[in-house]
Amino acid sequence: MRKFLFTGMAAASAVVCATVSAATLDDVKQKGFVQCGVSQGLKGFSSPDDKGGWTGIDVDVCRAVAAAIFADPQKVKYTPLSAKERFTALQSGEIDVLSRNTTWAVSRDTALGFDFRGVTYYDGQGFMVRKSSGVKSARELDGATVCVLMGTSTSLTLGDYFRSHNMKYEPVMFEKDDEVMAAYESGRCDTYTTDSSGLYANRLTLKEPQEHIVLPEIISKEPLGAVVRHGDNQWGDIVSWSLYAMINAEELGVNSGNAAAMKNSDNPEIRRLLGTEGKFGEGMGLPDDWAYNIIAKVGNYAEIFDRNVGMGSPLGIPRGLNALWTQDGIQYAPPIR
Amino acid sequence: MWRDPRIRAWLLQGLAVLLAGLFFWFVITNAADNLARLNVASGFGFLQHTAGFGIAQTLIDYSEASTYGRAFWVALLNTLLVAGLGIIFATILGFLIGIARLSSNWLVSKLAAGYIEIFRNIPLLLQILFWYVAVLSNLPAPRDSYSFASGGVLLNKRGLYLPEPVTAPGFEVVMAAVLTALVGVIVWRRWLGRKQDQTNGVISIYRAGLGILIALPVLAIAVAGTPVHFVAPELRGFNFVGGVRAIPELLALLFALSIYTAAFIAEIVRSGIQAVSWGQSEAAMALGLRRSVVLRLVIIPQALRVIIPPLTSQFLNLTKNSSLAAALAYPELASVFAGTVLNQTGQAIEVLSITMAVYLSLSLLTSLGMNFYNARIALVER
Repeated sequence: MRKFLFTGMAAASAVVCATVSAATLDDVKQKGFVQCGVSQGLKGFSSPDDKGGWTGIDVDVCRAVAAAIFADPQKVKYTPLSAKERFTALQSGEIDVLSRNTTWAVSRDTALGFDFRGVTYYDGQGFMVRKSSGVKSARELDGATVCVLMGTSTSLTLGDYFRSHNMKYEPVMFEKDDEVMAAYESGRCDTYTTDSSGLYANRLTLKEPQEHIVLPEIISKEPLGAVVRHGDNQWGDIVSWSLYAMINAEELGVNSGNAAAMKNSDNPEIRRLLGTEGKFGEGMGLPDDWAYNIIAKVGNYAEIFDRNVGMGSPLGIPRGLNALWTQDGIQYAPPIR
Repeated sequence: MWRDPRIRAWLLQGLAVLLAGLFFWFVITNAADNLARLNVASGFGFLQHTAGFGIAQTLIDYSEASTYGRAFWVALLNTLLVAGLGIIFATILGFLIGIARLSSNWLVSKLAAGYIEIFRNIPLLLQILFWYVAVLSNLPAPRDSYSFASGGVLLNKRGLYLPEPVTAPGFEVVMAAVLTALVGVIVWRRWLGRKQDQTNGVISIYRAGLGILIALPVLAIAVAGTPVHFVAPELRGFNFVGGVRAIPELLALLFALSIYTAAFIAEIVRSGIQAVSWGQSEAAMALGLRRSVVLRLVIIPQALRVIIPPLTSQFLNLTKNSSLAAALAYPELASVFAGTVLNQTGQAIEVLSITMAVYLSLSLLTSLGMNFYNARIALVER
């Protein structure tokens, strides 16, 4: 009877009713793959490719988690989610991890029942305008119509910015990125605002990218990272240390090409990272070569950055804040010991 | 005891109520348990929190500093606006097309039939997107707006701009004159109507009444001056400022909802008129009544009895269909409250319950009003 009631109820309201087991790792191991929530297509972060797979820096975080658990980065299933759907999907247990350019903010970390697990990409919100509008600075946008994605922290920052500068604006909100872009391109709006990485990525999809410029002002802090449900610390540890392993690997000079050879390195830090020394996987319920599997099969942070959003990609975004702390950036991972 | 059908029925119904109660109890406690375990906030306190986001069309004062509760009212009014206007336009258009469908003119009747078949059979969401993407977003930019009435009425990508009426000092005098004329004519007509019932003579005050309705306000304007000035919108910075503006999302939604629903209403009107038997018209004409009088006094009152109940359903459909606006950027209840607010607070259960309760109340109110009207015009048996 209880079982019958449960199915009926799940069908009736698929909102918060799913019984989410505390041990996500056991569930994942049992079903044999990680269910990863991604965007519906944001170039460089998570977008479907021509072979039916997914690529992007957010996708690589999920692949790293799969590599740590299964030693196989392919064992991921992706759920494309709109900004509006993403939190409900994670709350309800439909996905195991949300890696979808999501900004770490206090309300999400606390009241929504989530934990943010590290920062994949340090971003900030900017504006894009048509060159022909003659606008050179965001301060000149008084009275403008602004296209923005519905239900994002972007729309809140937008409100704060115009309010604090005593400027008027008209927000036009859509649920999907491509709807926002279509509205901006059709001229419904004077400017389009989102995280600056998104501006560069989406500019590529416009008919004439060179006719649009990104304004110099960055008006917010947008630390984007992977999110898990609050309360399952073991699973959260796996997600954050998968990212930290990639950042540490870059710092130590280990990459997908030399990882196998580096296993016999003399450097104790490298030996601990690659599982030659110590048993650091145990505490997470993972094999000891978990980090080696990530680095060998997905890559270190520099590799995933460059091939997805950096100089090795069409986006060509410089490392900036996302450079290592040793190279004037702020990407920093706690040590493995 | 099992053999007594009354006791058996009671037992079975009691069991059904118990099962339903258990089911809801399970759903509610399960959701509450899970929310508590996941550390998700619950309760309706969030309605007092600052919303922080902007809304494009606000009928009441609203800013980023307003609360989620205020955002709810803004969204609700936007829903009511599009539903109310949609119902008015759909009804007018639907009646016209429905009557045209029955016209003896071949072309008119076939055009009406074509309209009905086309708009009734294309999914509403596609029609909304058609108006929005294919028609309205291809209008010129603000600088090159289509301009009518020497710049008073403007049409561009950002919407339809109309001159804004601003009242002048003589406004009250002229309004008083209009009201006096209106009340006077109505009272006079009532009095004549009673007299007509007694004497059976037809007295028409059509011309005299119209004369009063025009003459009195004109006299007032001559004495007190123009009651209303119109302020035309003007281009300032990025957009036009001043004037009354309908955003393109509202226009697209209104066009699509009215045109789609009008196709159904037209069929309801046609069936209503055809339900009045031909004998009624023949009998009326045999009495020597003119065709227009036959339509007004004999056919339409009887047809309305058939038309009203299904028309109510169409009004309800239109109101509920307005939630499809979530597909474009019209800031109504489903998109602002069940969209943005839900996303920001994460309180899916509370937000969705409120939204469902609102649509339910709107529908119940509409059907209450229509049932009242229906009862009034229903056949009174003598």
